[in-house]
Amino acid sequence: MIPVTLNGELRELDLDPNMPLLWALRDHLGLTGTKYGCGTGECGACSVHLDGVPVNACVTPLSAVAGKTVTTIEGLSPDGRHPLQLAWIVEEVPQCGYCQSGQLMVAAALLTAHPRPTDAAIDAAMSGVLCRCGTYTRIRRAIQRAANPEARDG
Amino acid sequence: MVDPPENVRLTRRALLKIGALAGGGLVLGMALPTRAAPLPDAADAMSARTLPIPADPSADFVPNAWIRLQGDGRIQLVLARSEMGQGVMTTLPMLLAEELEVGLDQIEVALAPVGPDYVNRFLGAQATGESTSLRDAWTGLREAGAVARRLLINAAAATWEVPETECQARRGRVHHADGTRSLAYAELAVLAAGLPVSEPSSAPIPLKSSDAWTLIGTRPRRLDTPLKVSGQARYGLDVRLPGMLYATVERCPVLGSRVRHWRGEAARAIPGVVEILMVRHGVAVVAETSWAALRAREILEVDCRPSINGAADTARIRARFRAGLTGRAALAHRQGDVSAALDAAHRQIEVVYEVPFQAHACLEPMNCTADVKPDRCAVHVPTQDQQGVQETARRLTGLPAERIAVHTTLLGGGFGRRREQDFVIDAVELSQLLGRPVQVIWTRADDLRHDFYRPMTLHRLRGGIDEQGQLTAWFHRIVGPSLFARARPSEMSEGLDPTLIAGAANLAYAIPHRRVEYRRADTPVPVGFWRGGGHTQNAFVTECFLDELARLAGQDPLDLRRTLLADRPRHRQVLELAAERAGWSAPPTTGRACGIALAEAFGSVIATVAEVSASADRVRVHRVVCAVDCGQVVHPEIVRAQIEGGLVFGLTATLKGAITLSDGRVEQGNFADYPLLRFDEMPAIEVHLVQSDAAPGGVSGLGTPPIAPAVANALFALTGRPVHGLPIAPSAF
Ligand code: FES
Ligand code: FES
Repeated sequence: MIPVTLNGELRELDLDPNMPLLWALRDHLGLTGTKYGCGTGECGACSVHLDGVPVNACVTPLSAVAGKTVTTIEGLSPDGRHPLQLAWIVEEVPQCGYCQSGQLMVAAALLTAHPRPTDAAIDAAMSGVLCRCGTYTRIRRAIQRAANPEARDG
Repeated sequence: MVDPPENVRLTRRALLKIGALAGGGLVLGMALPTRAAPLPDAADAMSARTLPIPADPSADFVPNAWIRLQGDGRIQLVLARSEMGQGVMTTLPMLLAEELEVGLDQIEVALAPVGPDYVNRFLGAQATGESTSLRDAWTGLREAGAVARRLLINAAAATWEVPETECQARRGRVHHADGTRSLAYAELAVLAAGLPVSEPSSAPIPLKSSDAWTLIGTRPRRLDTPLKVSGQARYGLDVRLPGMLYATVERCPVLGSRVRHWRGEAARAIPGVVEILMVRHGVAVVAETSWAALRAREILEVDCRPSINGAADTARIRARFRAGLTGRAALAHRQGDVSAALDAAHRQIEVVYEVPFQAHACLEPMNCTADVKPDRCAVHVPTQDQQGVQETARRLTGLPAERIAVHTTLLGGGFGRRREQDFVIDAVELSQLLGRPVQVIWTRADDLRHDFYRPMTLHRLRGGIDEQGQLTAWFHRIVGPSLFARARPSEMSEGLDPTLIAGAANLAYAIPHRRVEYRRADTPVPVGFWRGGGHTQNAFVTECFLDELARLAGQDPLDLRRTLLADRPRHRQVLELAAERAGWSAPPTTGRACGIALAEAFGSVIATVAEVSASADRVRVHRVVCAVDCGQVVHPEIVRAQIEGGLVFGLTATLKGAITLSDGRVEQGNFADYPLLRFDEMPAIEVHLVQSDAAPGGVSGLGTPPIAPAVANALFALTGRPVHGLPIAPSAF
């Protein structure tokens, strides 16, 4: 049994400790918002928070999450109204949308660490999450919007 | 109770028809003629045809519906194109909603089943691609909305016994002019469905004029965004069916090679593995979970037969293409006498360009889920070609088409890749063999190594200028594999592949002597549709060559283009707008330079200016300014996003990787060796849209063609060294 706090709920996972977290989420726990893009830690589509820090779930075995807290896109906010989610809607960020769970999770961790990130900090944080549809410009604008409360609803 | 549907009117373009829904409600559909020459104007020439309508259409399967007014008040607009990021889930319903007089907040989008009326007239199939969706739907969907609105107004007028002119439709209700009465569409639906049509069938119902639009041209929020920011969006890999198994297929790495034998004892011992078996495309590992299947596949031993392709590599392909740069070829365009003009030219140059194979690298790897039963089959799939999926399943199962349901999920990227059927074959075959629903998952390596690639091409260009510096002669020979020979053979004519010559044969510039040729040179590498199509190669070579000619003539690249576009106001306008917004005439920042490029594609025109700098290890694109004339704009923000996206797609192909072959195998297999443009490599992007009354042109593939030449021309301006191939190697500067 692997104990893990998943999206605020304590779970005991009866799964192979070598199983990557990504597949546990997607195939066993019904949380398909975390995406498979490469399986080798190169695209960031599978980004989740492990004790608040973004990790690639595809290369994180369940053994590494034992006793820790995991947050996925489904747990980012109770009502889908995290400032980043709202900013993503206003800036019309997603195109195909496939990378966006990963983008949002990495951006959310960034804002927790740096509530007012510089452009360089945004670059550094976001460059590990690939978007084939080319939504990066809008992601930057949405992060800046979410980081700036006066601009949030504009 | 179901009334037999009735044909209500025959317009020039479409046979519209209505029927009642089970449970009370109205369904309105239209029979669009299926195949047309790939031009919007050709719609006029199409003849309407009557299609069989099932005797009892049900709410779940109405093969020809565009609008479903459900008895419970819900308004469903049917989407017959695949949402892969380009925004059709929002823009196509906008066309219906505009004429139907409903708000986007009042509707649900229902995904279409496969049906003859959902055929994309540009592609001749129910499919999505080549930047055609909006152009195809532009008139038809508005007509469908207008007819429904008229019927609902007529029904209200009949109910109130007032003239129709006293009734007005607004936000899903018909209001009477006295201000006291109104009825919801749902209340009118059943009556409307049974109404006779008052007008003579030849008089078309007028569409709203553009100044009366309340939705088209505005930027309502995309309907798919809330799902995509909350993890709720369902892509192909998110399909979960009861009893479903997961499978992954080991394909032979050498293109076209077949499995000789395999050993799976160790793989079969992995917990959760259900079956290992040979299928058409390789050896499949089927398991209870994705991970078990993927893990078992890693230790599966597969031995492949030697293949005649085993020695194929990029250098050999290049050598073959080079041989095709001279000798016989098919003629794509001829005007004047180019040989004589080159002989007479004051100065001339010749350049050979090379453009490599490129992969699609959709972020969602290829996948498909099939559930084949003895008497029916359901396929859940992120596809750009619903009709092809149905046909694939029909061939494999032998079931009649009406027993095969195609459920389109959201697509985690398409770019042309999802028009193919290879992943569908995997899933249908396995489900049929195992008697259970099966989801087939491609790994990233499968996806990159077994793609249908954007063709590699070689180009030889010769150009001549006279003593006044006028461009008088232009010769362009294209050598590369044919895509249409496989995908749409009926459209090959005289050895010409329309996509390989796109943007080369029909150059906008006025050059008195011009000749364009195509030499087909097929290779073992499968080729397919890619974002922007053949325009991506041809815009690169023609726009770069033009800058070399400008240099030869001692002219500014912008000035030369303006001169050559004297009678092309649309092209000149975008060119001048992009140049102006980019500050073309201002002195550049030290260490930087600008390049400009133009492209005409999909009924739209775009000019792009890129500002770059270069160091020993890196070409950096700082800023890109685009000016776009894509006709009437349905949703300006979606257009901008598509231009940005296409541009980034093209910038990846300009600066990052390529697909190469060695020993018959594709060498790239992950994002480390096939890198995509990253967040920190992004230029600042501006997209300016030009006002236009023309019918909408395509935009999805529009941003891709001009970015490579704009960057290359900027580097040429910066360093004096021209770019003759892609991707651009920083070491060359
Ligand atoms: S799927 Fe985990 S990094 Fe790509
Ligand atoms: S939105 Fe499609 S990959 Fe990012």
